[in-house]
Amino acid sequence: MSSSPPPARRRRLEVESIGDITVVNFVDRKILDEQNIQIIGEQLFSLVDEDGKKKLLLNFSNVEYLSSAALGKLITLNKKVSSAGGRLILCNISEDILEVFEITKLDKFFKIMRDEQSALQAF
Amino acid sequence: MYLTDLIPMNCASNSDSVAFTAISIPSDTGEARKVQEEIESQLQARQVTEKEIFSVRLALEEALVNAIKHGNQMDRSKKVHIAYRFLGDRLEITITDEGPGFDPLDVPDPTAVENLERPCGRGLMLMRHYMSEVNYNETGNSVLMSKVFRGANGKK
Repeated sequence: MSSSPPPARRRRLEVESIGDITVVNFVDRKILDEQNIQIIGEQLFSLVDEDGKKKLLLNFSNVEYLSSAALGKLITLNKKVSSAGGRLILCNISEDILEVFEITKLDKFFKIMRDEQSALQAF
Repeated sequence: MYLTDLIPMNCASNSDSVAFTAISIPSDTGEARKVQEEIESQLQARQVTEKEIFSVRLALEEALVNAIKHGNQMDRSKKVHIAYRFLGDRLEITITDEGPGFDPLDVPDPTAVENLERPCGRGLMLMRHYMSEVNYNETGNSVLMSKVFRGANGKK
């Protein structure tokens, strides 16, 4: 609790603002490791809970792998954004990862856009 | 005793001579990663497509996380036993934990509308999709997965 954060707790997200939209890129190419997913989840949640961001765009262009635990974090994030009256959009999802969303039917649950430009316009 | 459980009974009759590589690790995702990397490097050396490597990597990740987290409850004193072998164009992997096991039929369908917002329960579904075969033992603490690679002749 009082100990200093582990070195893994470095920033996992690159966050920039385009107008009132918060664009998030992932530093990791593989969002698999449990501890990693935990940290990514916390950093995503804090954008909503602490920074009060309402329009979130997650850009997956850097991401090659994604496990079901990461999907769980995205679902929780979506709930947080929705209950804050905001909107979550995902974009630039590779073909392989899109299949993971399709198998789990989450492609219907999330708003997914092909690229960042069209996603920005979809808010 | 574990290994007797692990050996699949339905594989080709002349395959008994191909030994399993067996590894036991503590319930630690870092340790699991090393095993994943080892299997992956063996895949890289074979006629396997990137897509097939993606499939195995994901299924392996889900199965190992299940064993460590749900099976052994992250208890480092409990081990996860992994055994794998390549048989021609087929990879067989068994992952066994030291937990009480579970009934795969008890896992709610994560794609049902009422479950769609539940943040868990998708791992098993992904394993079934990406592997050719996924079978649990009766106790539910050991899973046998196999993958038939079509990369060499089937193309992507």
